[in-house]
Amino acid sequence: MGGRILLIEDEGNILEAISFILSRAGWQVQGHGNGATALDAVARTRPDMIVLDVMLPGCSGLEILRALRQRPETAALPVVMLTAKGQLKDRETALELGADAYLTKPFSNADLLATVALLAQSRAESGRA
Amino acid sequence: MLSFNGLVAVCVLYVVFLFGIAFLAEKRAAEGRARWLNSPITYTLSLSIYTTAWTFYGAVGSAVRNGLEFLTIYLGPTLIFIGWFWLLRKMVRIGRAQRITSIADMISSRYGKSGGVAALVTLLAVIGATPYIALQLQSVTLSFSVFVRPGALGAPDTEQTAIWVAAGLALFTIIFGTRSLDVNERHPGLVSAIALEAIVKLAAILAVGIFVVWGVADGPANMLARIEASPVSQTGWNGARWLGLTVLAGAAILCLPRMFQVLVVENSDERHLATAGWAFPLYLMLISVFVVPIAVVGLEMFGSDANPDLFVLTVPLGMGQDGLALLVFLGGFSAATSMVIVAALALSTMLANHIIVPFWLRLTRHDDPMSGDMRRVALMARRLSITGVMFLGYGYYRLSGGADALADIGLIAFLGVAQILPALLGGILWRGATRVGAALGIGAGFLIWAWLLLIPNVAETGGVMPQMLIDGPFGLVWLSPVTPLGLQATDPLLTAMVLSLGVNTFLFIFGSLVSFPSPLERLQGAQFVNVYDHSQPLYGWQGASGAADDLLIMAQRILGTSRAGRLFQTAAEAQGRISGVPEPTPDFLERLERELAGSVGAATAHAMVAQIVGGASVSVRDLLAVADETAQIMEYSTQLEAKSEELAQTAARLQEVNAKLTALSLQKDAFLSQISHELRTPMTSIRSFSEILMQPDGIDAAARTRFSRIIHDETVRLTRLLDDLLDLSVLENGRVTLHEAEARLSDVLDRAIHAAGAQADGRLIIRRDPDAEAVTLWTDPDRLAQVFINLISNAQKYCDAPAPELTISVRQMPGRLQVEFADNGSGIPKRQQALIFEKFARADTAKGAPGAGLGLAISREIMARLGGGLSYVPSEQGTRFRVRLPGRTRRAA
Repeated sequence: MGGRILLIEDEGNILEAISFILSRAGWQVQGHGNGATALDAVARTRPDMIVLDVMLPGCSGLEILRALRQRPETAALPVVMLTAKGQLKDRETALELGADAYLTKPFSNADLLATVALLAQSRAESGRA
Repeated sequence: MLSFNGLVAVCVLYVVFLFGIAFLAEKRAAEGRARWLNSPITYTLSLSIYTTAWTFYGAVGSAVRNGLEFLTIYLGPTLIFIGWFWLLRKMVRIGRAQRITSIADMISSRYGKSGGVAALVTLLAVIGATPYIALQLQSVTLSFSVFVRPGALGAPDTEQTAIWVAAGLALFTIIFGTRSLDVNERHPGLVSAIALEAIVKLAAILAVGIFVVWGVADGPANMLARIEASPVSQTGWNGARWLGLTVLAGAAILCLPRMFQVLVVENSDERHLATAGWAFPLYLMLISVFVVPIAVVGLEMFGSDANPDLFVLTVPLGMGQDGLALLVFLGGFSAATSMVIVAALALSTMLANHIIVPFWLRLTRHDDPMSGDMRRVALMARRLSITGVMFLGYGYYRLSGGADALADIGLIAFLGVAQILPALLGGILWRGATRVGAALGIGAGFLIWAWLLLIPNVAETGGVMPQMLIDGPFGLVWLSPVTPLGLQATDPLLTAMVLSLGVNTFLFIFGSLVSFPSPLERLQGAQFVNVYDHSQPLYGWQGASGAADDLLIMAQRILGTSRAGRLFQTAAEAQGRISGVPEPTPDFLERLERELAGSVGAATAHAMVAQIVGGASVSVRDLLAVADETAQIMEYSTQLEAKSEELAQTAARLQEVNAKLTALSLQKDAFLSQISHELRTPMTSIRSFSEILMQPDGIDAAARTRFSRIIHDETVRLTRLLDDLLDLSVLENGRVTLHEAEARLSDVLDRAIHAAGAQADGRLIIRRDPDAEAVTLWTDPDRLAQVFINLISNAQKYCDAPAPELTISVRQMPGRLQVEFADNGSGIPKRQQALIFEKFARADTAKGAPGAGLGLAISREIMARLGGGLSYVPSEQGTRFRVRLPGRTRRAA
């Protein structure tokens, strides 16, 4: 286990909580609170996985996801979406746009860790293959 | 020699024959197959009722007494038919166009449908006709008596024949004259019977004439010689009387009710008149050509002592020609009966329509004159009138006792009805003629005629000549009928004629000139005078198949193709016609009218059918009724229009409401989604950190404390959010209770600044104006403070100036107070200014700061409840909110 995770989340407390959990699980976590500059941060940090909040000031998480999937270098990058709205439609839109996983706030820490681990594993497998 | 009983038997047979003909004709007409009935010859023959028993027998008598003077009676009508044909045609056209039922109806229609004028004419006609009917009864009775006891010209013992004749005639007229209230008042059965009688009359006279010329004398030459030698040719020549009588006879053919009946009312085709124009004068010529020979031979045979009025009958009897005599008897019988029948019919129509029914209506106040009940009353009135007229005639005959004076009544009656002439001619030719003129003229002429001729004649008939009539009433000799205006009248008839018609015409013209016609009169005047502009000629049944086609087309338009088709098919089958187009019989037309009336109203239906079938112009009454119906329909359509407009408005409103509801529903979804987000965000932190804390493995104390604080702060945030939501809900529902009290503005601001912790924080500098704040308000101080706290803490949170400042300024305006909160930050971007008062709306610059975005929404609701307002004031620099307070403030002392 291990690797770089870029966490894009505007709510400070949530950012802190997720960073703490993932760090303790062995991930290198880079936090980013602004949607508008999120893509720059992706290019700069070149993470192995992204945890992306849907409701972001300046730019919606879904738009960022769409942009990521259009760029060849990030097209296959694992993305976990976080949303506070919890509506089915948001979930569908996110999965259609190419999100790999979807978590509804409030989520349990165990769910978050399991999701991230699963994604990391499948990425590793596809990498080997 | 025929026995009396044998004669009666022949009479009865003849009458039965007439009944049969009449029945057959009615039946044929109802089936629409009576072509011969509809021929111009039948029409012409029916006109021959002009030659009554008075002329049939009396012409010979007149020739014996006055030479050729009898010719004037034929000359007048002949001149009218030949010279004034245009007038007859106009009368017929008007009669059809206006659906005239009698001469009285004609006059009253022309003069504004005046009931009074109609009643006057009816009265005049009845008075004039009664002695005339008596004369016919007398002639029948006389001829009976002559037959039974030839040569005995004294008082006959067959008096009661008159009553049988009268009763029989009444029955006949009732049966064939009042079968139904026909639309066009035609009576085919009756007309065919009188046409037949006309043939019998003519045949009888011609037979006697031929017998006299070739049987008694030796041909025409011998006859002429005998005439030369006879005293008949010695009689003098009175030019004035000839002229007068010709004019009188001409007037009579136009004015006599019975002549009007056959000439106008029974006319079924205008073209028939053209045939009658030559055929009727020919008939008159034929019937009069042998008068002089018969008179001459009669005088030769019986001398001047015998009654010359019966020569037509006594000459063949005297020569032993019983068969011929019987024919003559039937001819005379025909002449008398046909006259009486038509006269009774015409008079009964007038009496019923213009006297009995109006009177009955006035008594009973019936609302609907077209109801079935009314029709029954009208029919009953006619039947009673026929019986009444007949027995009036009989009564007069009994009263006169068959006196010789009865013979004079023919011309007197002519002059009576001639009083209608000025009003009739004037009405047809002069639009200026008025009701007043007509009533004055007819009334005065009637009175003069009655006084100068009728009353003396009645008195003479009755055998009493009151002294008053000789000396004049009240000793006024100039008023005496014997010497009117002091004239020693050698000829009372001519004197009365000049006087009555003169005064009549003068008053008619004078009255018309000095009075103004009513609108209805004006309209009717135009319709009469210019009748050709307003109507189509009436053609008989020959043209009726075309009419049926037109009816079908019209009915299809109104009833629809299938319904109209069924109606016509059924009618055609009922009439036994295969073609599918029924004859427009009265029954069928009535039914069609009823069907149409269901769709377009009775008046319109009648007018439409009449237009096609009768070629009738639409009368004023019809027009008014149509206008009524149209008004009703328009009213109805206006109502419909209003209703549909209402519906459209309702639909628009519904659409509006629906759009609002949809928008509200969308807003509700967005609102719930926002609340979900605002609740889940703090919960996410709380859950995550609490799960971290629940794990036993090593978290240092500092982290533990920090995470606990975050959990605590987030629960506070959640609570505040819930409070705000509840607050907003209460405010929006208007269920908030205000605790209004007096409060100083400065105190409220102090409390707000303190509660916001602005002084304790010290970062934000607040500038105030104590003087301006010294105002006492009537408001809810807690709620107002809440608004102020929100505005101050917004400045605290969002003012991005390096040294944040908030300036609170107060302005006193007329009727209101204005408190402005302006900071020195960068302000709110223009595109977001419109959104800041929306729930959960937060300017981008406010992101990251705590708060759910409900503060301004709540504040605005509070200010609305307080009767003021909260608005954002765009300005060059900083954020500027303006609080408006209502005017119930006063400056502190």
